[in-house]
Amino acid sequence: MRATNLSYTSREQVEVYRFSWPMSVGLPVLLVGLQAFLPVRLPVFRIFDFGLLLTIFFAVSRRSQLSGTLTGAAIGLLQDAFTHTPFGVFGIAKTLVGYGASSIGIRIDVENPGSRFLLAFFFYGVHQAVFVAIERELMGQSIHLNLGQEAGAAVANSVMAVFLFALLNRFKIRD
Amino acid sequence: MNFFSRHKNTVVLTTVLLAQFLLLAVQVKRQTAEGPVRLIRLLTVSAFAPFERLSIHLGENVRGIWTNYIDLRNVRSENARLKAESERMRLDRAREQEDARQARRIQALLGFKEQWIDATVAAQVIGTSGTESSRVLYLDKGTKDGIRADMPVITPDGVVGKVLTVYGETAQVLVMNDPTSGVGATLVNSRLQGIVKGTSTGELQLNYIMGDEAVQPGEALVTSGGDRVFPKGLPIGTVAGVSPGRNLFLEIKVKPAADLDRLEEVLVITEQKLRAPDTAGLGPIRASDILAQHLPGVPQPPPGVVPPSQSVPGGQPATGAGTIPQGAPQKPVTAKPQTVAEAAGASAAKPPIAKPAKISTSATKAVQKPSAPKSATPKPVSAGASGVKPKSAGASAGAYTAVQKVSTPRSATPKPVSASASGAKPKPAGGSAGATTAVQKASTPKSATPKPVSPSASGVKPKPAAGGGTRQP
Repeated sequence: MRATNLSYTSREQVEVYRFSWPMSVGLPVLLVGLQAFLPVRLPVFRIFDFGLLLTIFFAVSRRSQLSGTLTGAAIGLLQDAFTHTPFGVFGIAKTLVGYGASSIGIRIDVENPGSRFLLAFFFYGVHQAVFVAIERELMGQSIHLNLGQEAGAAVANSVMAVFLFALLNRFKIRD
Repeated sequence: MNFFSRHKNTVVLTTVLLAQFLLLAVQVKRQTAEGPVRLIRLLTVSAFAPFERLSIHLGENVRGIWTNYIDLRNVRSENARLKAESERMRLDRAREQEDARQARRIQALLGFKEQWIDATVAAQVIGTSGTESSRVLYLDKGTKDGIRADMPVITPDGVVGKVLTVYGETAQVLVMNDPTSGVGATLVNSRLQGIVKGTSTGELQLNYIMGDEAVQPGEALVTSGGDRVFPKGLPIGTVAGVSPGRNLFLEIKVKPAADLDRLEEVLVITEQKLRAPDTAGLGPIRASDILAQHLPGVPQPPPGVVPPSQSVPGGQPATGAGTIPQGAPQKPVTAKPQTVAEAAGASAAKPPIAKPAKISTSATKAVQKPSAPKSATPKPVSAGASGVKPKSAGASAGAYTAVQKVSTPRSATPKPVSASASGAKPKPAGGSAGATTAVQKASTPKSATPKPVSPSASGVKPKPAAGGGTRQP
């Protein structure tokens, strides 16, 4: 007799969503591009990581580890293109976040604002930890984290995630 | 096959991560003692090196046993020969050290050059990296506008960063508060030099100032020119806080002069030139005069007492060490600002009295540190004269200021030096010639006319002070 895996998801949450191709490609390009442009006029937008939020959103919506991994890698590499750092720094961090978020998305309810806030907060921390590890160990940079600042940024990104995910829900297609 | 289908997600994750690690390893260069090395090469070498090292060590040990214990013939004679050679080389070294010192002195005299901003291009900031970790900007100007990598980027307020990568119509600028950035800096008052670097939180920090140095908050920082990217004297910022660092150096936080978070328009310095100071008309400089500048001055005697240095046979004033000819400038650079007419009047009413020559400290400083602008009064300069090519109205105004701030010598007051004080021919104020002359006269006191000539006597028609439309040096 085979044991059934129990998860903390309601029946509705088990459903898998997909996105149209224009959305899958256009949204990351639009948001990452916007993130590069907005700080010129509004420096406060520098603390938001739209690429990370999109990675989490796509991963938990599609509920596929494969898809989450590839989406994270693609968005991360796109972000790398805007920086002066080598390709792969954000790519690796977001690949792991995509994989992790999709793994969690299968198991817990990710549709209510509270869980989305916590999810974004947690993965922001994971992303920054991986990023700092890469910078220090692979790039040889002496990066020091300002924990207070990072915590503030994590909260800001989590709040943004709640609103952004609610907005992006409109583009989901039930599979 | 069964394994791959069962662990498909993990396999894909591992593959994607591995691919990106490899991608990263191909691009990243790690700093080693021998210079930057690609990470993939470093990893490969690190994997193979232990085995190679082991084999080499084994071979060396075997060889060492032979050479150090068995094959020691002729060692004594060789030792004696080497000792003799060592003695000879020690003598050579002493002689060469003296030559090197002399060469450095000559280099300091001859290689006295300054960097000047000849042309700038105004550019609009159109984007950023979008991340906190990479402080880069994108400009709307690129190769087509004459922008090249490593060109300095400034605003009228101060330094922004340098051009990192240039594309056809855009350029990527590394802002100086990025952790990978670095700008050679000088503290204006204490003249201490360090490197301004960014931190991971986007702040600026002045590094490599020893812990026993006194650095006061509020002290201004300018570029030192030592990085060969930024011209000397551009404002970087002010010291915001000083605290003892974790090692021997102070931890100095710097508040940037330019608002690095709100940059909309910047200037890219597209042309810098090295120019030697204009020494035309000064005549040859004698070694004794140069030496005289570096020796302590003779104290001024009380009135009515003829100093022994002036009562030499033949009635000629002594021009030996520590003295300069009569009428030489006492305060050639920091002369009280006044118009030519005032200066002329002063010289006419008060004929110059031959004072015991004394090397002015300010004059010496003016010679030694001529390129850092300090107390110069900026004057309006035409764009053509300044070499600035403003692209937009807003930027052009800034360009003037930037160029003037940079290129005006610190100690040069753009007013005529008093004829009675300097003994030089009065010139109209405001032009570069006036300021340059002040510096040059200070640097070569011997060339100053022994008798100060009043404007009426010299035939120079006094002119009102004016900008003259020339750039301040």
